[in-house]
Amino acid sequence: MMATLDDLLWSYQSLIYGLGTNAILGLSMYAVLQLGQLSLGQAAFMGIGAYTGALLTLRLGLPFPLVLAAAAMVPALAALVIGGPTMKLSGVHLAIATIGLGEVLRVAYINTDAMGGALGLSGIPEKSTFAIIFGLLAVILAGFILASRSKIGRACEAIREDEAAARVMGIDVSAYKMTALVISAALAGLAGALNAHFSSFIGPNEFAFEAAVSILSFAILGGVTTPFGPVLGAFVLTALPELLRPFHDFRLVFNGLIIVLVVIFLPRGILGFRIRRTGG
Amino acid sequence: MLTVETLSRTFTGLIAVDDVSFAVTPNTIHSLIGPNGAGKTTLFNMISGLLPPSGGTIAFQGGDITALPPHRRARLGLGRTFQNLRVFGEMTVLENVLTGMHPRLGVAWPLAVLRSPAARAEERAGLAKAQALLAKVGIADHARRPAADLAYGDQRRLEIARALASDPALLLLDEPAAGMNPTETAALGDLLLELRQEGLTILLVEHDMGFVMRLSDRLTVLNFGRKIAEGGPAEIRDDPTVIEAYLGTKVARKLAGAAA
Ligand SMILES: Nc1ncnc2c1ncn2[C@@H]1O[C@H](COP(=O)(O)OP(=O)(O)OP(=O)(O)O)[C@@H](O)[C@H]1O
Ligand SMILES: [Mg+2]
Repeated sequence: MMATLDDLLWSYQSLIYGLGTNAILGLSMYAVLQLGQLSLGQAAFMGIGAYTGALLTLRLGLPFPLVLAAAAMVPALAALVIGGPTMKLSGVHLAIATIGLGEVLRVAYINTDAMGGALGLSGIPEKSTFAIIFGLLAVILAGFILASRSKIGRACEAIREDEAAARVMGIDVSAYKMTALVISAALAGLAGALNAHFSSFIGPNEFAFEAAVSILSFAILGGVTTPFGPVLGAFVLTALPELLRPFHDFRLVFNGLIIVLVVIFLPRGILGFRIRRTGG
Repeated sequence: MLTVETLSRTFTGLIAVDDVSFAVTPNTIHSLIGPNGAGKTTLFNMISGLLPPSGGTIAFQGGDITALPPHRRARLGLGRTFQNLRVFGEMTVLENVLTGMHPRLGVAWPLAVLRSPAARAEERAGLAKAQALLAKVGIADHARRPAADLAYGDQRRLEIARALASDPALLLLDEPAAGMNPTETAALGDLLLELRQEGLTILLVEHDMGFVMRLSDRLTVLNFGRKIAEGGPAEIRDDPTVIEAYLGTKVARKLAGAAA
């Protein structure tokens, strides 16, 4: 009896924590999609952050704030390095290049014993708390809202609508895209480390194609016209599988169906409104 | 102001701009005319930096800008509009103009994001300036509407206001009168003359010969990518090579009519 109750609490706790980290992942996707950049590297960056964080905790026992900072910075550096060559790519080419990154890393994790190989890393201490996860989410969300209301947000929207026109307006589109990719990688890495420190286990297959697509779907469902969209999208798509537990076999079908319906009937996502700014 | 030297651009199997040189004098309206496909828009794309030339150089206000990216050219005072309208459709008309102001908004980004007093003041001043520009081009009534909802002619005027927002020294206008009725076209002509009066230099591409002849201080004529003539309105009107280039077109009849 007690054991079932504990199980229940434990499973809800991980659901609630998952809502928070997935919302951060949704915002990571938002950072690039709001410029019209289709990067599917979020899962790969999340993996870099998760492994960085887990290894620093397990091997060096660093304090958690330091671990989180490193988990954001290492993927940000990786984004800086791969950003140069991939920035010249656009549309589907960038998407494919970033999917490739995830697959390369997956093979690298499997073949590196120091990273736990195919078995992954287990026994990661539970350091993520409700306050840490949702506190960080609140700060990040507030940052995005403020930015999108400023001239920065105006420039981002211009880039999303018409890149060539934005360039001619004096907007340094390449700098915006690079910055967005770096921020996006840092947030994904942060979410990855937060995740690792409550799920206690990470494995090489968690950060590949499937994860990339589900992070993308948070943003597509919610929409990227405001930062609220991807957060709501992440909440819905994280909670839904739990609510649909009785229809276990159909869960993935439901998720897929929702995405298809949204893309067809609500191409701007369920929250398609625009953020209000000067002159709006 | 602007000096284009032996500029060329080839697309696979096609020379769109072929060894073109000309110079635009400050504080003039200089027109670039030629039949469809002559290479006028391609030239604009190279001058504004959206398309790298295959050869040749572009100098602006004394400096070589051939290798500069478009946003740097905008900062130096080069503005343009597009032949195929490219307003930011979901933004309001005012927001479009504020976007054009981007290179002149100097507040550092952290202050802008945190809405510091300086940032708020800058946005307020920008809004007032944007409203004045909309009044100037005659679309102040539409200020808060999404740009995509505007009529064709109004979107053209919005593009001009958006380009003027960065206080350019040289404005490139690609067929600004296209799709406008005669009354709108006349008003646009008055506006361009007023802008020149205020010190702006304009490089104009336009098919409406009455409009071009009324406004231009100087004209450069392109045909099949090559420069075939250059001079004042009277010279160009009487130039047999120009009349021949336009032969059989409506423009040829207009030129003939104007010469008579
Ligand atoms: N991106 C491109 N790729 C291939 N060919 C192009 C491209 N852009 C323009 N061209 C070709 O280059 C030539 C010049 O085109 P351009 O648009 O510069 O002409 P234009 O003088 O502006 O004509 P119009 O008066 O019709 O606007 C045309 O033959 C056009 O088809
Ligand atoms: Mg053209």
